[in-house]
Amino acid sequence: MALLEVQDVTMKFGALVANDRVSFTVEAGSIVGLIGPNGAGKTTLFNCISGLYKPTGGRILFNGEDVTGLTPYQIARKGAVRTFQVVRPLKDMTVFDNVLVGAFLRCSDKREAFGTAAECIHLCDLEQFQEKPAGELSIGGKKRLEMARALATRPKLLMLDEVMAGLTATEVKASLEVIRRLRESGITMMIVEHVMEGIMPIADKVVVLDGGVKIAEDAPGRIVNDEHVIEAYLGAKYSQRFKTMKESGRIV
Amino acid sequence: MLVDGMLSGMVYALVAAGLCLIWGVMDIINFAHGEYLMVAMYVSYWLGFLANVDPVLSTVAAGAFVFILGALTYKLIIRYTIGKPGLVALLATFGLAMFLKNVCMNLFSPNFRILSGTWLGDKTLHLGDLIFPVPQLAAGILALIVVGAVYALVNSTRFGWAIQATAMDRDAAELMGINTERIYVLVFGIGGACVGIAGGIMPSYLAVHPEVGSMFGLIAFVCVAMGGFGSIPGAFLAGLLVGVVESLAGFYVAPVFKYIAVFGLYLAVVFLRPKGIFGW
Amino acid sequence: MVNAVQRKAFSGKDAAWLAFLALLVLLPLVPWVTANSFRVHVMILVLLFASMAQAWNIIGGYCGQVSFGHSVFFGIGAYGAGMAVVTYGGAPWPGILIGMIAAAVVGVIISYPCFKLSGHYFAIATFAIVEIFNRAFLVWDWVGGALGLDYPLIDEGLKNLMWQNSKISYYYCVLVIFVLIFGVVRWLEGHRYGYFMRAVREGQETAESLGVNSTAIKLAAMALSAALAAICGAFFVQYNLRVDPPMVMSLDMSMKFVLVTILGGSGTLIGPLLGAAVLIPLQEYTRAFWGGLGGGVDLIIFGLLIILMVVKQPTGMIGIVHDIHNWFVRKNSAAKGDVPNGAP
Repeated sequence: MALLEVQDVTMKFGALVANDRVSFTVEAGSIVGLIGPNGAGKTTLFNCISGLYKPTGGRILFNGEDVTGLTPYQIARKGAVRTFQVVRPLKDMTVFDNVLVGAFLRCSDKREAFGTAAECIHLCDLEQFQEKPAGELSIGGKKRLEMARALATRPKLLMLDEVMAGLTATEVKASLEVIRRLRESGITMMIVEHVMEGIMPIADKVVVLDGGVKIAEDAPGRIVNDEHVIEAYLGAKYSQRFKTMKESGRIV
Repeated sequence: MLVDGMLSGMVYALVAAGLCLIWGVMDIINFAHGEYLMVAMYVSYWLGFLANVDPVLSTVAAGAFVFILGALTYKLIIRYTIGKPGLVALLATFGLAMFLKNVCMNLFSPNFRILSGTWLGDKTLHLGDLIFPVPQLAAGILALIVVGAVYALVNSTRFGWAIQATAMDRDAAELMGINTERIYVLVFGIGGACVGIAGGIMPSYLAVHPEVGSMFGLIAFVCVAMGGFGSIPGAFLAGLLVGVVESLAGFYVAPVFKYIAVFGLYLAVVFLRPKGIFGW
Repeated sequence: MVNAVQRKAFSGKDAAWLAFLALLVLLPLVPWVTANSFRVHVMILVLLFASMAQAWNIIGGYCGQVSFGHSVFFGIGAYGAGMAVVTYGGAPWPGILIGMIAAAVVGVIISYPCFKLSGHYFAIATFAIVEIFNRAFLVWDWVGGALGLDYPLIDEGLKNLMWQNSKISYYYCVLVIFVLIFGVVRWLEGHRYGYFMRAVREGQETAESLGVNSTAIKLAAMALSAALAAICGAFFVQYNLRVDPPMVMSLDMSMKFVLVTILGGSGTLIGPLLGAAVLIPLQEYTRAFWGGLGGGVDLIIFGLLIILMVVKQPTGMIGIVHDIHNWFVRKNSAAKGDVPNGAP
């Protein structure tokens, strides 16, 4: 049984169909990428899964349970936690307190929560800014805060929404490291990304959306060969580059 | 009954229209709006008492006076609260309301003052079965005209479009060459003028005293919120509703229930439609 | 791992806490320092309004839901105690308890629909509620209607929570309330619910995405805030020996609670005390000196001062304290030749 099953999810805003019968699964312990051009419906899909929107049609099963239409806090408590594409730090609280709010979801005991928070802060390289008000961080720091905060809730499924946007190449590599380490600790992840270098090398499976419709769901190696995907989004040049990197062994 | 309610409702609508304009453009609740009304009434009263100018004519003077008061309020106080949480402007105008109320109380004593011998006075108009009290009728017609004028101004003139642009996105409006600072001053002035005109004619039928504005102010808030953010038609409709409900409740239940009904109406409306009737 | 958090030897927050503790030691000594009845009266009011503002602070400052309806809870508390004494001829204590519970229940019932409203709509709804209660109490015979409740002659003492001649016992009573309410808030600050409240304030949707049931948190905060406000109201009626609707359930009273907190610094522990310590003496002394001139000169000045303070320093006196603290810190690090904090 997959950890997350999206079944024929449709999301309409009046006449606009943002998600059109999208279906895919996310296996426990895997990393699934969600890619596609702007306006394809990726964040809308995230919003449907995390409870911010109630889908107009379809079902969402998390851990075998139907969670369609539950409120965001209920879904977060079940273990599916997301970050926001446009970062939302809790501005007047310190970085540490921000992460602590996440930690308090699972730990009622303060000491335990403090420990979890400190761990996640260390993991996301935010130690030096612990006492700063979250509103004062740089954009990279705020993105790491989003991750650390979501991590502190000890999620079963971590949904990352464009965490790499706006980062330098070095920062992307560092984030990749963090994500790899997270996978090793058993967290399942679903990642929306535009930065191909940030998702293709690590994803077990990639789901491609275009115009609200799923056009492909496959391993990265086969996705780059898919003509629909190349036409809609990747472009022939990247496809070629990926193949070369795979052949030369730089990606496993 | 219904007639009385509608007439007073139209006056509420006028007071609310001014507040609605300010709220819609600057997202600020002017807590001193009721006190603006009180000031206007005093202007009109003194012109009548000292210079024998009838309130009908004083409406212009009162309107102009409160226009200036509004513009000054913006320049001296509100300007510094833009961009800060809405609570700041609300508390600042609360302080202003306290200031204005007590200045008038100090200068003019808390006594109720009534203008006698006005043109409209105690006259009534009989049309078929309906009896119209002339002062309230005049006030209602005046309110209708002014609200209509303000609505036309905002929707059909270039100046009005500039106001709407500033309301929707101040920075974008600036980038398009609109002097948003001047718009803000003028909007506060016009908003004040609306309530000033209302206050100008009121001494024809209401007693003037320092506390007269408080209730009108509260009702104006309720009308504006019920009508919906930024909607002048909404404020007008809400004003009429409030006037009618107040009148009916006062007659059929008991006078003290007038306001319970009005505020209860507000709660009922926003619980059903959290953004007011026409809010955006 | 948590070492960075604990390593700061003596931060500004510690200094503030020490100052507060010192205050807690000094406050009980006030009646020994001055026997002047008026001064003790002012101190009583300062502590009462500080407590009241702190109660409001829970829902308004920490949880971010700015309600102007708290005079209703204050009034319910006052009437609870008042009715126990006047209508039922007994001791106020059961009335106080009932008042607290009633206030909490009323608070939850009316705020549940109100919390669906945003911004100014919410604020105006709280105005509407105060006005409704105000007028309802004016016509409600059971609570005494417009005449209110007047205390008859009752025995002095703790049982009746009333003292005839000296204000000193009242002072200690309100001091207990002050310590109680400030203690509750201090505890709340460190408790996970306190963190959730602040998260709801900073970003409700964000908090929900982290598993916080924002509706439950807001309702709980409101219930606690209302119950504590009711305690303050009960003290008020025992001190004033009289209550009627305009005295307690007015918009003006509500605004005072908000003002005191905001001017002191909302969302902080000491803010309400700072605000009350400045505003109440100001109010009482201007009334004493200039109130006699008639025509509300004291309120004219008061109004002007409110405008000035709100506009110049919206973060409140706490903001001023922080500015002074930062100034010292910068001076010190400059002297030591430290490089100022690098950008993150």
